[in-house]
Amino acid sequence: MMMSDENVLSQHFEITGRDFSNAGKASTSIKEILQEIGIDSSITVRASIAAYEAEMNVVMYAHRGVLTLNITPEKLHLKLEDEGPGIENTDLAMQEGFSTATDDMREMGFGAGMGLPNIKKNADKFEISSIPGKGTSLDIIFCLNKTEKK
Amino acid sequence: MTLKEIKELLQAKVINGDDSLDVEITFAGGSDLMSDVLAFGKPGILLLTGLSNAQSVRTANIIDAKAIVYVRGKKPDKMGIELAREKGIPLLTTKYMMYTACGILFSHGLPGVSGLTPKK
Repeated sequence: MMMSDENVLSQHFEITGRDFSNAGKASTSIKEILQEIGIDSSITVRASIAAYEAEMNVVMYAHRGVLTLNITPEKLHLKLEDEGPGIENTDLAMQEGFSTATDDMREMGFGAGMGLPNIKKNADKFEISSIPGKGTSLDIIFCLNKTEKK
Repeated sequence: MTLKEIKELLQAKVINGDDSLDVEITFAGGSDLMSDVLAFGKPGILLLTGLSNAQSVRTANIIDAKAIVYVRGKKPDKMGIELAREKGIPLLTTKYMMYTACGILFSHGLPGVSGLTPKK
């Protein structure tokens, strides 16, 4: 864990595609960090859910990805960048129930087409960009300043 | 309703958390689909599931679930049990199938996650 002079916490988590047995470990660690540093419990749950959904997307669809947790006094920023097939139509992928999941993903209890919409629902700010054939990046932001909170 | 009462109603066995049976449970939800649990679950939920891999425990931990009841006599894998021990999440297993297990708890007054009650 890195803590700089500007009171910024930053940590990277590497996620491997198709590694189902470790799927969720990065998000579990992120939740531990948020609890340790005393982030509000409702924000902790919302951010952990978003991180978990994002992590599962990498495991299910991408080759690899890096999930970065950045915390400043004002905001909590989860940045996900993956290398993989990308998403052809992000508007379609944001629709609840739209899914390209396979049977083995569903056996893990995932792939219902709820992931991206659920990340957006939990976040204060959410941005997605994707290049088909290259990968997808997500910016998931939570305001820590109570007056700006959702 | 305490976890001990739930254990008795479901004739369940305790896999983890023998010392946590006095924990109070106020609502529950049943699903094998962790996507749904992440979308509709709320902190404090009792999760009933037939999904026995480690994702069930990881999901329960992420959403701050109080405990997990595995239905159809299922048990989580070793990795799931270890995580539950580490995080202090009680795990129970019942031979009842999902519909029956949920029905028993609901008919004894344990509401669902939405807080909505059906019309009489």
